[in-house]
Amino acid sequence: MSDEAKGSGFSRRSFLRGGAAGALSGGLAAGLLPEDAAAAAAPKDVDGVPTVGPGPVEVELEVNGVVRRLEAEPRVTLLDALRDHLDTTGPKRVCDRGACGACTVLEDGHPIYACSRLLIESAGRSITTVEGLGSPDAMHEVQQAFVENDAQQCGYCTPGFVVAAAALLARNPRPGEREIEAGLGGNFCRCGTYMGILGVVGAPGHAAGRSGGDHGG
Amino acid sequence: MLRDAAEGTTVADYSWPEPDRRGQIGRGPARLDGAVKSTGFARYPSDRNPPGLLAAKILTCPHAHARVVRIDTAAAEAIPGVRVVQVIQGEGSEIQWAGDEVAAVAAETDDIARDALRAIQVEYEVLPHFVTEEHRERAPVAEPGSERTDGDPDAAFASAHRTVEQTLGMPQMAHMCLEPHGQVASWDGDELEVHASTQAVSTLAGQFASELGIPATQVRIRTEYMGGGFGSKFSPDRWGIVGAELAREAGAPVKLFLDRDQEVSVAGSRPSAFARVRVAADEQGRLVAWDSDSWGSGGLPGAGQTPLPYVFSRLPNRRLRHTSVPTNLAGARAWRAPNHPQACFLTMASLDDLANELDLDPIEFLDRNLEFTGRADVYREELGIAAGMAGWKERWQPRKRSRDSALQRGLGVSIHTWGGRGHASNCDVTVHADGAVEARIGSQDIGTGTRTIVAQVLAETFGLELPQVRVSLGDNRFPQSGPSGGSSTVGGVSASTRRAAQDALREVLARVAPELGAAPEELAAAGGRVFVEGEPSRSMSWTEAASRIGGAPVSAQGRNPGPGRLISSGVGGVQIAEVEVDMETGVVHVERMIAVQDCGLIVNRRLAESQVHGGLIMGVGYALFEEWIPDPVTGRLLNADMEFYKLAGLLDVGSLEVHMMTGPGYDERGVIGLGEPPVISPGAAISNAVANAIGVRVPYLPLTPDRVLDALAGRGGIA
Ligand code: FES
Ligand code: FES
Repeated sequence: MSDEAKGSGFSRRSFLRGGAAGALSGGLAAGLLPEDAAAAAAPKDVDGVPTVGPGPVEVELEVNGVVRRLEAEPRVTLLDALRDHLDTTGPKRVCDRGACGACTVLEDGHPIYACSRLLIESAGRSITTVEGLGSPDAMHEVQQAFVENDAQQCGYCTPGFVVAAAALLARNPRPGEREIEAGLGGNFCRCGTYMGILGVVGAPGHAAGRSGGDHGG
Repeated sequence: MLRDAAEGTTVADYSWPEPDRRGQIGRGPARLDGAVKSTGFARYPSDRNPPGLLAAKILTCPHAHARVVRIDTAAAEAIPGVRVVQVIQGEGSEIQWAGDEVAAVAAETDDIARDALRAIQVEYEVLPHFVTEEHRERAPVAEPGSERTDGDPDAAFASAHRTVEQTLGMPQMAHMCLEPHGQVASWDGDELEVHASTQAVSTLAGQFASELGIPATQVRIRTEYMGGGFGSKFSPDRWGIVGAELAREAGAPVKLFLDRDQEVSVAGSRPSAFARVRVAADEQGRLVAWDSDSWGSGGLPGAGQTPLPYVFSRLPNRRLRHTSVPTNLAGARAWRAPNHPQACFLTMASLDDLANELDLDPIEFLDRNLEFTGRADVYREELGIAAGMAGWKERWQPRKRSRDSALQRGLGVSIHTWGGRGHASNCDVTVHADGAVEARIGSQDIGTGTRTIVAQVLAETFGLELPQVRVSLGDNRFPQSGPSGGSSTVGGVSASTRRAAQDALREVLARVAPELGAAPEELAAAGGRVFVEGEPSRSMSWTEAASRIGGAPVSAQGRNPGPGRLISSGVGGVQIAEVEVDMETGVVHVERMIAVQDCGLIVNRRLAESQVHGGLIMGVGYALFEEWIPDPVTGRLLNADMEFYKLAGLLDVGSLEVHMMTGPGYDERGVIGLGEPPVISPGAAISNAVANAIGVRVPYLPLTPDRVLDALAGRGGIA
């Protein structure tokens, strides 16, 4: 456990009191343990280990630019918190165990599987879901590219792919096959929209790319 | 207008515009719901969170065959936050597959509902089970079907030039819809509203109603979006009825969607198919006889005969035997192109091996036998195009016998057919005085682009652009339209919409005709204007024209089937696969898939190509990765998840090249469905490509490394 997470230095609790701006600076260590986040929820000491739960605890985090506070059991996943408690249903629950990518969100800018993160691990963090990237009237360029490349059929895998693709392209605007594998290999589609998705990320041989293609004919 | 002699009345002429007058049909506008889907704003049934919502979960039986001896729900009921506990299969019930529903819980949260499931005590008497139907000789129950003989296969085999005989097979596999089966059910008094993830908006209400003992008029079904069905989402299912009952008892809306393990185990699979196949040809390379002894299972109901020999159904001398093998697994459901991928693999792999015996190029061999198919001309043209795209003439080589290199490439071909006639459909089209045009149709967009297709037909008919028309679907209060199965939707909805739209337009034209000084049938609508044919200067804008209709909107209902030649059925397709096989590891990689497909008049070229891509990708999945793996010891699936039940990934599918047959000879047939055809051939084409690459047939799909290595080592047959 890092010092800052223990509460010395940059205190999670004071950060939360002071609003979320600090979260966006990326100054926090990634992958905090549940105990760290518990600082936000009045931890008890059990055998010298700070512990929360099993009852509901209060957690604050930023979702799509808005600070949200909710009370939930420590076992609640970030995905269930988003979908069931905060009515942010863009991220989908498909496998619920880190095997499909449909729940992909950004945590402090990094793509993660929301089904495989506890809400309390994300306390104090900034979460961006597919809805936070853009809206139908003001789409993110990656979302626009999904439309232009027809990279969705039923669309249930799409939110996860959009977020993962946006993260990939933010890291590397011209990813090669290896980067694409690393960036999108954890997402699966059942309808078979991969040609469109490869077009979105500008894979060689998949023409349209983010500028889109006139398919009007 | 035409005179209907029998009726003595005037009936309208319903048709598609000539190629040079099409504004929308055949173009490729982006799907209308692309933006809401790509931004996560689309609310799927599983995304609905009405106030007071309860979460429901289902307790399933862990045994493949068991009797419920005792069930005690008291501890579950005592958990705070648990609202209703319902026993679905109580004491004395005999359960026939692992994953079958035993009890259900509605609680304040998902996690509480799971706690409650764990607290339910069930005592089972475990009974013997059988889940491995490829060993049909071990099946406790096997139902030999009728044997059928046409011609004289024995004599034909006796005088044949070459015969091949082997056992081939493919296991059961899952639909694996990403949105699981389920619904949000809520009651308002005795009115039920269900947001269901379904392929059958118009037919679900009656099934809910009869199970729940309420009139169908009190059931509202809503499905604005849904996350995939592929043939598995036509009924409310037991969890649908239970969800509605839980909601009624709790007096609160209930969300019940299956967990992934249930989704994989019980909510949809494709039957397996195995066969001992014998097929023979004469010296000219013409088929003379077919004999198959097939079996398969779709779980407890067993599985019927697949259409053998596939496509070459006019082969005169043949004998078909089939055995249905029930197992202790959940019943299969219609899987995209039911029975066809299996029949295609059994047939095309056998024919490919026979071509090899005859030292013939398999395309040449298929070509010599096309008169045994129903669409020889189409296949011949498509084979030529596909061969050209693949560089077949230059690049195809006979099966390799040497192992000069660890990586071997091969090419394989397969052909397939499907019907795809449009289903029964009704559509209301309304024109408002402000020029707004709306279609309301009790259909559903399961990802194929139905919403976009209907909008294109509207815009085409009224000479408008897509943003000027509105499509409302996914609600059983709209005119009833058929379930989306068997590639029947595009034909059904395009025809009913076109008829309604043409009627509504005629009504508008009749109202403005006097003002334009012409007869109504001399008027046309295009480019946002209504004008006298041949005299575009005598015109008015669409908005002006619509404003003349007065206070009440003009509205018309169109039906399918109906008059006019708008749709048809019966398509053929050809696919070529190119693979690379690692001879040391047995890993197969699909380098390239070529699909040449006929589907009549294409409404949206981009969506059509996406359908073909989707079929090819699903095909790569079942050719290389996908299978149910039941554990013979426990009777449970070993891979009821997404880690070990493998879908094809982004870079598993190689490059996909699609050629759609369009233009004269195709367009005038009208609209034909496309969802099923492209998923039929990939298993056969890829298996044939692997045989071409490695010199031996891998007799079993999927082509996993162990099976490839077994085949290379001369092991690994089925029976
Ligand atoms: S739902 Fe999170 S990875 Fe599948
Ligand atoms: S679009 Fe349906 S699962 Fe990807």
